[in-house]
Amino acid sequence: MRGAAIGLAGTLILLLARFLTAVRGQWDGVAPTDEQRIYYANHASHGDFVLIWTVLSRRMRRATRPVAASDYWLKSRLRRFIGCDVFNAVLIDRERASRANDPIALMTDALDAGSSLIVFPEGTRNGTAAPLLPFKSGLFHLARARPNIVLVPVWIDNLNRVMPKGEFVPIPLICTVTFGSALHIAGGETKKDFLARAEAALLALSPKANAR
Amino acid sequence: MITPHPDLVAVLAGMLVVLVVASSIGYVLQRRLSPDGSNAVVENLNHRIRAWWVMIVLMGLALIGGKSGVTLLFAFCSFAAFREFITLTNTRRADHWALAVAFFVVLPVQYYLVWIDWYGLYSIFIPVYAFLLMPIIAALRGDTDHFLVRIAEVQWALMICVFCISHVPALLSLEIAGFEGRNVLLIAYLVIVVQMSDVLQYVWGKLIGRTKIAPRLSPSKTVEGFVGGALSATAVGAGLSWMTPFTMLQAAFLSLVIVLMGFFGGLVMSAIKRDRGVKDWGHLIAGHGGFIDRLDSVVFSAPIFFHLVRYGWSAT
Repeated sequence: MRGAAIGLAGTLILLLARFLTAVRGQWDGVAPTDEQRIYYANHASHGDFVLIWTVLSRRMRRATRPVAASDYWLKSRLRRFIGCDVFNAVLIDRERASRANDPIALMTDALDAGSSLIVFPEGTRNGTAAPLLPFKSGLFHLARARPNIVLVPVWIDNLNRVMPKGEFVPIPLICTVTFGSALHIAGGETKKDFLARAEAALLALSPKANAR
Repeated sequence: MITPHPDLVAVLAGMLVVLVVASSIGYVLQRRLSPDGSNAVVENLNHRIRAWWVMIVLMGLALIGGKSGVTLLFAFCSFAAFREFITLTNTRRADHWALAVAFFVVLPVQYYLVWIDWYGLYSIFIPVYAFLLMPIIAALRGDTDHFLVRIAEVQWALMICVFCISHVPALLSLEIAGFEGRNVLLIAYLVIVVQMSDVLQYVWGKLIGRTKIAPRLSPSKTVEGFVGGALSATAVGAGLSWMTPFTMLQAAFLSLVIVLMGFFGGLVMSAIKRDRGVKDWGHLIAGHGGFIDRLDSVVFSAPIFFHLVRYGWSAT
């Protein structure tokens, strides 16, 4: 019964995402395979991981877990159902002072269990005119903790226009999700260098960056 | 479900035969010229044929489903086209509510009005009411940057994607003496003539095309392709007069109008794509770009065809 409700909710969310955004995945750097990966993406909307999820195959979806903030996804029963049950999210506490679990440890646990992850290294939704906010250090620590797992940049285009921060009616616009080439952290690479490289790799996938 | 008219069955069967022949030719060409998928022209042709199958099946179902089916199908086409169009505009945060109203109020209301045959309102709903209402909603948000550009884009998108396309199902509301119960054939006729014109221009252009007609807008369009395609599509349209209330000469005239409007509509939509720096409007149908890429000719010919038939043949 519960399993059916989860499956149904997942299907409805996928249908809604397709209806609103006609989203298409563009695999420019890596192929859609079962390889274990850390997908890292730009973050402008709560729907971001839904779009990535939508363009993954059913099998990849089952093995891929988004990393999300517990303060948002545990707030109501509906959010908890969608976050925990439908998307099987790895929930992390953003409050450094009060948190009981180290976010990096939670993520490496999920990786060690065989899952791929979707992370948003900007740490919060980008409501500014800048294409990307400066990355937080989490991606660096995660990459160093599991250096053998590839990192794949994922650019989500247009979703910020579908439902800007603060609006509650989405408008239908075509979105694309572009997957770039995989990258690894180099031995001895500094935090600053690695994050700059990861940011540049992600930004290079933005159609607006390419148009310039 | 309504029992389809024998003429409709004949038309659908005819389209099926044409597609089977086209698919067979595409298959042979692929075996001969492009066994490894390297011949772009053959691959493109086969993509198109595959997409036509989808279009014909959908059209057939809608036409058999009668008025509700046709209205729903074109309402969905409008939605998809409008979504593609708005994606390419300069609309911004302050247009959010105006766009939400356009998608979720104006579009459904327009198709509802078409469905209940309220000609007096659906023919002015978007040019008058939406035209005045949309900028008011946008103005209330107080963002004046590029204001005129933004509201003009939204209005233009509504006219093209919703108003014009809704004139296809509106053909069902015409009352033509001696043609009762067969109005779906007018839709089939319009779509067939437009599609044949596209195909024949493509074929003539590939065979004898030399002189580019608008190199900056659409490098593949040639004078030879246009003239050959327009004349042969007009001939096809005249030959199909048996499925319409028109005489052969009248059918030829209307087909010519459809073909010309479709051709120039394609040029206008290409100009917009060039302006926006894209090759296709979207990516919904493999080999055909987006919905608007397939509908651009229908968009421009449908309202003119509708009004010509209404004034010339309809009692309402």
